[in-house]
Amino acid sequence: MTHPTPVLELRDVRKTYRLPHGQRLRAVDGISLRVMPGEMLGLVGESGCGKSTLGRCMLRLDDVSSGQVLFEGRDITTLSERKLRPLRPGMQMVFQNSTAALNPRRSIGDLLAEPLRVHPGPDGRRRAAATITARLHELMALVGLPASALARYPHAFSGGQRQRINIARALALSPRLVVADEPVSALDVSVQAQIVNLFAELRERLGLTYVFVAHDLAVVRQISTRVAVMYLGAIVECGGTDDVLHAPAHPYTAALIAAVPRPMVGAPPAMLLRGDVPSPVNRPAGCRFHTRCPQAQARCSAEEPQLRAIRPNHEVACHYPPGEENPPA
Amino acid sequence: MPADPVPLLDVRDLCVSVPANGSMIRLVENVSFCVNEAEIVGLVGESGSGKSVTAMALMGLIDSPGVQVSGSARFRGQELVGMAPRALRNLRGGDIAMIFQDPMTAFTPVYTIGWQIDEQIRAHERLSRRAARARTVQLLAEMGVPDPARTAQRYPHQLSGGLRQRAMIAMALSCNPTLLIADEPTTALDVTVQAQILDLLRGLRHSHGSSVLLITHDMGVVAQTCSRTLVLYSGRMAESGPTATLFARPAHPYTAALLDSIPPLYGTRPHRLPAIAGVPPTPQERPAGCAFGPRCAYVHATCLPAPPPLASIGAGQQAACVLPTEGKPLPPRATAQAMQP
Repeated sequence: MTHPTPVLELRDVRKTYRLPHGQRLRAVDGISLRVMPGEMLGLVGESGCGKSTLGRCMLRLDDVSSGQVLFEGRDITTLSERKLRPLRPGMQMVFQNSTAALNPRRSIGDLLAEPLRVHPGPDGRRRAAATITARLHELMALVGLPASALARYPHAFSGGQRQRINIARALALSPRLVVADEPVSALDVSVQAQIVNLFAELRERLGLTYVFVAHDLAVVRQISTRVAVMYLGAIVECGGTDDVLHAPAHPYTAALIAAVPRPMVGAPPAMLLRGDVPSPVNRPAGCRFHTRCPQAQARCSAEEPQLRAIRPNHEVACHYPPGEENPPA
Repeated sequence: MPADPVPLLDVRDLCVSVPANGSMIRLVENVSFCVNEAEIVGLVGESGSGKSVTAMALMGLIDSPGVQVSGSARFRGQELVGMAPRALRNLRGGDIAMIFQDPMTAFTPVYTIGWQIDEQIRAHERLSRRAARARTVQLLAEMGVPDPARTAQRYPHQLSGGLRQRAMIAMALSCNPTLLIADEPTTALDVTVQAQILDLLRGLRHSHGSSVLLITHDMGVVAQTCSRTLVLYSGRMAESGPTATLFARPAHPYTAALLDSIPPLYGTRPHRLPAIAGVPPTPQERPAGCAFGPRCAYVHATCLPAPPPLASIGAGQQAACVLPTEGKPLPPRATAQAMQP
């Protein structure tokens, strides 16, 4: 049996920022990950856990400090900008702040045409103006906006519509991989549902592979096939969406799920985690979660647990995952 | 309704209008509700629904030129609308306090947290600096701030979001307010920290006897904290009632649709989320009839000429919808969200 090439593969990726006084902020701290074709990976975690940085590293919008990034089997970790450019159409990003991502002085048509002008067409030659116009109309239809929107400017649109425009721009060059950084968190619930549905439709129609960076677990559940939970720069749990969300093996995942206020009256009160996320500059020794973990034991503060499979397609970085009677010595 | 004592806050037909292009635009139209002693009331709506404007109007904090606030808002029998600025200023921060969404911008960055809380205490009470600081440190400790004496000497930017919000709540509670208005107090926070802050707010009723008017867009937060809830849509009341009733038997199609569009964390995953098409109207383009009409699945001729009046459904529930009065109430919601593996 041959395995298909992952669309994206990360091998022990690290991203470290140097701070004054010789301190180092380890935003991404040794992450290995594979994203297979057609997969929708949800990357969840609280603010400061490094999920957005990781998302940017995946597309080499940020350079990694060490480790390897492979796009469709090709190592892009150290490719020069010039060599990277022909690969860019295959990997695109949707940003959280739909307003900041669109230049307010340019019309929607102009904004969307830019990638089509910059990158040559499939025949290797510059696209003709008529081809571009036809593609713009196609894109508008794809994201559910009228073609008349092309002549207007970003300020004329609501947050949800602007996010549709951002998605259209990301899709302009028919990418295989789309990384979306909190694409719906700035939107109202009723509008958020529309955009969540749009992502699902686009995947079915275009066969896209997605990485969603998000903090809202309910949205992630709706949108992803697989979930990776990050805490202080590392993945602490990874597996099929319903496995992770309904049978969390890491105490942090369990706490994160329990903390979501559920829209029903009489739900059990949230289990409270004490304290805040520690600073990634001084991350705790041993298990990075042990300072807040309700089940922490002596071993947890001394020895860092590695990500290991507890079931097929379900990995966890914990010494004492629930249901395991004899923890490995 | 049981023969309540006089409610702590009794708001009737509150309207807020601002001038724009030569005419007055009504941001908030005829909002009425009350908050009883030691009660948490939720004010929910999407952005632009007028929930923050309502709170700011109550506090007399809207200073936009030409703004008109009409209606009545009685706090312990005192009329807040049109109250003299000096009298209102005595109430604000004292008997009525406010928590803002973003503690980073609500605190001034150039003074320490402790300085700012001391200042508020000394503005309302004759206390020495030393006594004020002692109260500040005690309040910070009550809010679960670790090492409160040292934290009081720190500047806002040196604290995490969760600690800043705790300091903000300590500041709001510094003069033992009877009413706390919390405008999206947890929106900027992570879920694990949000759970801590909500727990704190729920505890205030017992520890300080405070009532809370909680403004939020998150139906989950409402379900976990508020005994009664008011749903606003485009500056008007869509529905109000006991939270449990609202979630089990929403009477307004907007409430029902809003609850349905939340992706479920448990139970079956719908192939498509039941999203509400379109966007809420801006105050200028609000239709003559029901503001939700253009997006409503049940819209019909009676909805169009004028906004439907608030009709009592029973047991404290009210909805601005014609369906219940026409004898065609919405079906109770399926409790799929209640199921857990």
